[in-house]
Amino acid sequence: MEWIQQLVNGISLGSIYALIALGYTMVYGIIKLINFAHGEVFMIGAFIGFYAIGGWGLSFVPALLLAMAVCAIIGVVIERVAYKRLRNATRIAALITAIGVSLFIQYGVIYIRGAQPEAYPNVLPSKTFEIFGVNISSQSLLILSVSIILMIILQFIVHRTKMGKAMRAVSFDAEAARLMGINVDRTISFTFAIGSALAGAAGVIFGTYYTKIDPLMGVIPGLKAFVAAVLGGIGIIPGAMVGGLVLGVVETVVSAFGYSLWRDAAAFIILILILIFKPSGLFGKNTREKV
Amino acid sequence: MRKIFKKKLPHMLLSATLVAGILSGCAGGSESGNGGSGDGDVIKIGANLELSGPVASYGQSIGKGVDLAVEEINKDGGIDGKKIEVVKIDNKSDAAEATNAAIKLTSQEKVTAIIGAATSGNSVAQVQIADDNKTVLLTPSGTSPNVTVGTNNKVNEFIFRTCFIDPFQGTVAANFAAKELKVKNAAIFADSASDYAKGLAASFKETFEKAGGKVVAQEAYVAKDTDFRSTLTRIKAANPEFVFIPGYYEEVGLIIKQAREMGITAPFMGGDGWDSPKLVELAGADALNNTFITNHYSSEDPDEKIQKFVAAFKAKNKDQAPDAFNALGYDSVYLLADAIKRAGSTDSTKIKDALAETNNLALVSGNFTIDENHNPIKSATVLEYKGGKQVFKTKINP
Repeated sequence: MEWIQQLVNGISLGSIYALIALGYTMVYGIIKLINFAHGEVFMIGAFIGFYAIGGWGLSFVPALLLAMAVCAIIGVVIERVAYKRLRNATRIAALITAIGVSLFIQYGVIYIRGAQPEAYPNVLPSKTFEIFGVNISSQSLLILSVSIILMIILQFIVHRTKMGKAMRAVSFDAEAARLMGINVDRTISFTFAIGSALAGAAGVIFGTYYTKIDPLMGVIPGLKAFVAAVLGGIGIIPGAMVGGLVLGVVETVVSAFGYSLWRDAAAFIILILILIFKPSGLFGKNTREKV
Repeated sequence: MRKIFKKKLPHMLLSATLVAGILSGCAGGSESGNGGSGDGDVIKIGANLELSGPVASYGQSIGKGVDLAVEEINKDGGIDGKKIEVVKIDNKSDAAEATNAAIKLTSQEKVTAIIGAATSGNSVAQVQIADDNKTVLLTPSGTSPNVTVGTNNKVNEFIFRTCFIDPFQGTVAANFAAKELKVKNAAIFADSASDYAKGLAASFKETFEKAGGKVVAQEAYVAKDTDFRSTLTRIKAANPEFVFIPGYYEEVGLIIKQAREMGITAPFMGGDGWDSPKLVELAGADALNNTFITNHYSSEDPDEKIQKFVAAFKAKNKDQAPDAFNALGYDSVYLLADAIKRAGSTDSTKIKDALAETNNLALVSGNFTIDENHNPIKSATVLEYKGGKQVFKTKINP
């Protein structure tokens, strides 16, 4: 029974990683940029949720939607201000800019409200169900279902809408897409908006599930989500979901064997192994470089 | 007329500055003269405290305790007829500033003893200065063992403390678990990134096993972790009757919340690192029921001496109940005053010897006996969380 319990723990953790990883992977897929500021959007989402619930007394779902909306705007602003003018610059320049944006947001938030942590208000009824000796809290069920719903909506947007088609086209070949009359800039902004909204949702979910939020909370989940995205194959949406869940379960299994101090190391060992043996990720196809 | 004025102006300015310079020189001279002549009938004690900066609340609390004690002693006629005078310096919660303040107190103010600082780090920063100048340094709340015992395992001759040291809390928790709660097996879940938590965990294990208990699970986490469920699942499988969680409130709050959600109902216990209102916010009042912490003192302790102190403190500080730092600051002055009285002089070497010989001195935070490492052996207080409030549970003697 202990193992089923651990699996439940791992999937709850993994679904949060997956939500953040989706944003990474979408942005990478479309402009080949690893957006290191993504973890900070996640943090801002958590704080917006916190103020919406604690300050204005909203309940969980409105707070979630509000955080998603604000984060979508912030994501677009970041893209317009920081990345757009670097579109034709070297990739390393854009990457360094992303790190700069990330630090700017972290310390900007610290400057505004200080570095002290905040405790999330209890917004969800926390009941514990016992099924075959396994304790599953209602919160982890809700988190899992919200994550799954958001992922289904995302799949729908990407595969069934015009905008999704444009996204896929720009991702495949931006120049050709432009020739076909697709507004590339708008499509990229839209991608940032969706990715950031998912990060914002992950932030609110993280806050309600783990209670503690602080301005530097985005760093480690951001890195872990990056590992998840690479694990699944960066740029591939189902890969990010599976990568996130696998990473969550692996971390939990490592702890379950009594090596809890190795948990973070395990995540990064996975990153190294994937980069050495299958750089395109679990879901990636090996593409031959054309000379 | 105008021409003359122009010509004379520089001269006037020059003479004005000269006069001002002479005057200020005189003022400076007379000030230092006062300080020198006053040495005979007052005992000067320095307070090197964190009055501003990140841990300002500790330093300010200690300062209030010190003020109250000095006021009381002076009202009763001082020490052997000599009044105590406190020279407070703000070390800005910074180790380098603490060193500077110690230099100023020893060489300029020529104090008999220094009280401070609140944190172990800022106290260690003064050790060298105090030892070199043969001035007694008494830290009210620096709990790290290496304040009084240097890196070469030699006791710093002039350095003492009013609080108990970190590992002692582990001993107290183990005794409480074995003797008061009468549990046979326990689990330890410690922050592996902090020496404080590791020290508590080690002494808990040693004492608990000596008392016949069994440690059935020993797990670790790293500060800043947020997900403890997988490790807690392991602890739950070991089925302990008691869980010892030394660490700081940020992680402990989450651990307790997650543990209770997973159905671990055993009592939890930790040290003074738990002591923050944030803990209640993070864990929730319900989850905190049946948890205990060790602390230096409790204002709810029915002990007569404590209640007298609480009443006096409240009268002076707008009905605010004194916290542990207030009590330790207060005790520091009395501990020092007792030693000065027994030494019969303000000679540092004699005071230091008298301090080291302190035996069963009844103060607010317990009965003080100073051991060979200059740490007080005294009782610790165990508090229980009930509905999100700390309630006095019992006192445990070492």
